[in-house]
Amino acid sequence: MTQNPSAEPLVDVGAGAPREFLAVRDLKVHFPTDDGVVKSVDGLSFTLERGKTLGIVGESGSGKSVTSLSIMGLHRNVGKKLGPRISGEIWLDGQELVSASKDEVRRLRGQKMAMIFQDPLTAMHPFFTVGQQIIEGYRQHHPEAKKQQARSHAIQLLDRVGIPQPDKRVDNYPHEFSGGMRQRAMIAMALANDPSLLIADEPTTALDVTVQAQILDLIRDLQQEFGSSVIIITHDLGVVAELADDILVMYGGKCIEKGSSAELFTRPEHPYTWGLLGSMPRIDRDLQDRLIPVKGSPPSLINLPSGCAFNPRCPYADRTGGRSTAEVPELVEVTPGHLAACHLPAETRQRIFAEEIAPLL
Amino acid sequence: MAGHPRQGAAGQPSAKPTAVLLYIFRRLLNVVVMLLVVATITFGIFFLVPWLQHTDPVLRYVGKNANPVAIAGIKVKLGLDKPIYEQFWLYLKGLVAGRSYSNGPDTTWCPAPCMGISTQTQTPVWGQLTGDFPVTAWLAAGAATIWLVFGVGTGVLSALRKRSVIDRAAMVTALAGVSLPVYFTGLVASALFIYNLGWLPESNPNVSLGSDPGAWLQNMLLPWITLAFLFAATYARLTRATMLDVLGEDYIRTARAKGLGEGTVIGKHAMRATMTPILTVFGMDLGGLLGGAILTENVFNLHGLGYDALNGITKNDLPMIMGVTLFAAFFIVMANLIVDLFYAVVDPRVRLA
Repeated sequence: MTQNPSAEPLVDVGAGAPREFLAVRDLKVHFPTDDGVVKSVDGLSFTLERGKTLGIVGESGSGKSVTSLSIMGLHRNVGKKLGPRISGEIWLDGQELVSASKDEVRRLRGQKMAMIFQDPLTAMHPFFTVGQQIIEGYRQHHPEAKKQQARSHAIQLLDRVGIPQPDKRVDNYPHEFSGGMRQRAMIAMALANDPSLLIADEPTTALDVTVQAQILDLIRDLQQEFGSSVIIITHDLGVVAELADDILVMYGGKCIEKGSSAELFTRPEHPYTWGLLGSMPRIDRDLQDRLIPVKGSPPSLINLPSGCAFNPRCPYADRTGGRSTAEVPELVEVTPGHLAACHLPAETRQRIFAEEIAPLL
Repeated sequence: MAGHPRQGAAGQPSAKPTAVLLYIFRRLLNVVVMLLVVATITFGIFFLVPWLQHTDPVLRYVGKNANPVAIAGIKVKLGLDKPIYEQFWLYLKGLVAGRSYSNGPDTTWCPAPCMGISTQTQTPVWGQLTGDFPVTAWLAAGAATIWLVFGVGTGVLSALRKRSVIDRAAMVTALAGVSLPVYFTGLVASALFIYNLGWLPESNPNVSLGSDPGAWLQNMLLPWITLAFLFAATYARLTRATMLDVLGEDYIRTARAKGLGEGTVIGKHAMRATMTPILTVFGMDLGGLLGGAILTENVFNLHGLGYDALNGITKNDLPMIMGVTLFAAFFIVMANLIVDLFYAVVDPRVRLA
């Protein structure tokens, strides 16, 4: 599928174990419903190196969270009558997860890969103390650990994520923590077994703005300290701007652009990415400059618009010579390591960006 | 990572023991007030019903052809000649300290809590209630055990196997259980197992656990199952609904994300959250049942409080009705209190205040 045979293959189903730490190949997650098949993720491929951070950006319903749940093996009733159909490959450190047994994936969960959820209040059990919940995850993968040892490990973790008086707070219930504290505790829980892959699904969305930056700083510090690979899922480009090495933009269950963080912010290729950048609030701009929203609403994942899924909302769809409604654009490499799926000719895109978009950003 | 600002309030210490005691004391005061209200209402009924029927309450204590002198004597003995407010005071006093009914040398002592004299047996109501209470208590306890095990078990199974054959069969059965009254299921069960198949002997109100445990067990089996069927159905539906809600919670996904086995996820995390509302309802139901299971006791001829209640109603035995009502009210109010205290123990988010 790739247009550039010399670059790393994007989609090479069945090519065996990749050398990357995490490699997702042609992942498809389809949910059968009464109204039709919801194609939440439809042919997604990406790789992530050890110690690097990938930001997955997109609107609600673009397939970000479904992707992360697939990696974690947290979809329920897979392959059953009303459950999702998952195909493709997910390679984590040489092990394929889609075809692996439930038990194999379960043993990796919480140990090799861990997840931080969006809303720390609902993501923690209200009837168990924070300590109990951390200890439980630790002892699940360290059955030899004594209770006292696991407890001091939990206290260390709470201390590490910046919770004051961790030896006291360890016995608190989640409702006795503030929102930011709770997310710190959630991070401590995820780090309990020193995972090599950490997935943060909208880790700051439910938090107070003042706390958001602290949590992001914490995630970055911890990544450097633990050397984990991190996937940050967000709808907010601002969140990944400083954190991510690479950014992947999703739309309608597909990747429509990906590249290094620097490239994406300085030379974005896809009109949708332009839209995301234009709708990002910035404090270095004058107040009278309005945000430019992406018009329209996210597409139905049951009946995607024909051709390019973004065409009904794309202001430049008329410049593709009718291809935007006829053909699904392929993800092609524009510059090394920077890929985009757009029918607009590269020169046209660059001209539009330089003349119409860049001055507004 | 030094110098993190402390966010929000520091952890609140759990409620102090004195605060808990104070709370319990306040609630017990509430209980007393509630019972006082119930006592007032039942006392009102005692006078209202004869008034509506244009009779004198004293006539219930005497034979059809009693002579006016005897009637007047009994009226004095029971204090029915006194003004109503004084009678009410004597009634309340009797509840707390006991009272004696006397007309000269003819004295009957009614020990506390005196709920009056039954017009049928001419003995204090309280003695009869305490005598019959074990029957009701055993009926409630046995049925509760059965319905809790089967109801919750079925509900959990249904939730875990949502939309399966087991789930659908269980929910149809539960719907039947909720819809069918005890006087139907009880009579059908009696007809089938006692009279048709002959598996169980005819019910005999005179056997007790002490006198003949085997016969007692045979006697109680059908009432237990019949009563449990009614409640198990409700519990199965409640458990299923609660469990399904809980299974959709984020913290269940977190538990799975930690790599916990499905047994721990369901048995520990999901059950902990599911059982809390169920035990609340259970406390209320059990409290209500201890005041008498009127239909079940009468269908199976068990002489418990429910039997006394119906008997009192059909025989116009007003003191008995008042007694059973007050007795039942006591259990319901206490059950409420216990459930509230229990809730504070199991749900750390609830603070007693």
